[in-house]
Amino acid sequence: MTDKVNESRRNLLIATSAVGAIGAGFAAVPFLKSWLPSERAKSAGGPVEANFSKLEMGQKLDVSWRGQPIFLVKRDKAQLATLPGLDERLKDPGSEKSIQPDWATNIHRSLNAELLVMVGICTHLGCSPKFYPEIVPQVFDSEWKGGFYCPCHNSKFDIAGRVFSGSPAGTNLVIPPYAFVDENSLIIGVESIEGGA
Amino acid sequence: MGNSSNKPGISGWLNARLPLTKVWKEHMAEYYAPKNFNFFYFFGSLAILVLVNQILTGIWLTMHYKADAAQAFGVIEYIMRDVPWGWLIRYLHTTGASAFFIVIYFHMFRGLMYGSYKNPREIVWVLGMVLYLALMAEAFMGYVLPWGNMSYWGAKVITQLFGVIPVIGDTLLEWIRGDYLISDATLNRFFALHVVLIPLIILVLVFLHIVALHAVGSNNPDGVDIKKVKDENGVPKDGIPFHPYYTVKDMFGVGVFLLIFLFIVFVKPDLGGLFLEHDNFVPANPMVTPEHIKPVWYFTPFYAMLKAVPDPLGGMIIMFAAIIMLFFLPWLDRSEVKSIRYRLLPFKLALSAFVLSFLILGWLGMQSGSTIQGYMTVVCTVIYFSYFVFLFFYSKNEKHKPIPERVTH
Repeated sequence: MTDKVNESRRNLLIATSAVGAIGAGFAAVPFLKSWLPSERAKSAGGPVEANFSKLEMGQKLDVSWRGQPIFLVKRDKAQLATLPGLDERLKDPGSEKSIQPDWATNIHRSLNAELLVMVGICTHLGCSPKFYPEIVPQVFDSEWKGGFYCPCHNSKFDIAGRVFSGSPAGTNLVIPPYAFVDENSLIIGVESIEGGA
Repeated sequence: MGNSSNKPGISGWLNARLPLTKVWKEHMAEYYAPKNFNFFYFFGSLAILVLVNQILTGIWLTMHYKADAAQAFGVIEYIMRDVPWGWLIRYLHTTGASAFFIVIYFHMFRGLMYGSYKNPREIVWVLGMVLYLALMAEAFMGYVLPWGNMSYWGAKVITQLFGVIPVIGDTLLEWIRGDYLISDATLNRFFALHVVLIPLIILVLVFLHIVALHAVGSNNPDGVDIKKVKDENGVPKDGIPFHPYYTVKDMFGVGVFLLIFLFIVFVKPDLGGLFLEHDNFVPANPMVTPEHIKPVWYFTPFYAMLKAVPDPLGGMIIMFAAIIMLFFLPWLDRSEVKSIRYRLLPFKLALSAFVLSFLILGWLGMQSGSTIQGYMTVVCTVIYFSYFVFLFFYSKNEKHKPIPERVTH
């Protein structure tokens, strides 16, 4: 053995190792990607159509999408009228920190002012809030204007799913992407209807 | 090669090919451990005992378990009621999970008290901390397998933590869950990780942990280096062979441990909802949330810290930081003295406050969280982190009692 390093062989060794490492990196891709949702999971998690023709004013309909309850609520004029006056009591009145499609970043948090379409999962720890539509004082709030109340940790939301100050939940309830098919039904899980499908 | 290879007979032939005698001598019969080990030195061997229990009962559970969202909950009841001795094997496994953490927390506390993490045992400590992380992952995924409602919602809340990471959060969440929600895909992969990958990692880490320990030698309650004073044969004067002295001592520890452990297994396996949570006796239901979501007791200190911060991302950072800080202890503690016996009151108070804050956080993590509890959580979280800051500055020029040359008793 001599102390002298054969430079060309050393370079060959480094080049081979580098190519080998890149190859190992590519080989890892299938293993990592196999963890992504399968085609079956993707189709099961696809958009769902909901018909709300039988939904009366002030009523709530639950639809399941991706394992989560989706609330469909028809709000009357009195309920909508409570929304502008609540700003001072809300954490995020303008929904700037909350999750919703851009077109639902408005005061009624919906495409159509009357119809609320919302994920019925509390943004605190994932419980499902209860629906208290009446504008009457409640045990948990003497100035209740109608909305949603989470019994798990007392988070309160108004009739547009906006969270009240003092609730453990930090942001408003989530609005999923949806689009209207016609005046009595909509599709949850898509941003727009393409080609009338 | 060594002298054993020249010996005649079956032993000589075997040892020339596999150095069994050499390994036995190095790690047992001629591994010299300090003679002054006390109560706190039972927990290393107990951790191995519990690990063996978990592996054995775990393998037996897989013989009946089905990793299928439609069957998992029912199959646990089947194991409990129909499989001969299935109830015992399952209770040994569930009680073993909690026992593992009790043993490990004592084991870590011993390290904090006697400075076992310090030079030259940094790697022993860091490997131990990686083991602790692996154990937490193992316990979390194991908890999901019975597919009770608390399993489901616990899995949801904990995986949700990764969803708050900016930009990649949503994709990461889908990648971990394998679906848009906690589902059969999640259960299946957690099963694979729980019974194959993480146990393999734990076994390799335990091996490395012991190899690293035996390379530098065990610390002791006096924190003095027994290798400094050796007799004419090169044997530390304050050392005794691990076997038979400490094997016998550890056997006694095993006896006492099993007495308590089996009492819980036979008499109170759920320990009033602490070891097995009542909400987990109803099947997983994505549409119905348990009244009060909380993890099993061994995670509650960190869960309390998570809830102490209103911002989800901030909470997650605090929670992980609480664990990561422990990795750096060997370098945060700059004092030349190891054992608490020769450190002064400020250190003793600081360590007590640290342990107390951890215990109180553990209690707070199980509560529903009133306003006062919210303040307590913040105070305890601050105390927990202050320990590391205090130690770093205090230990720079720390005064201490005279350290003896040899172990005292």
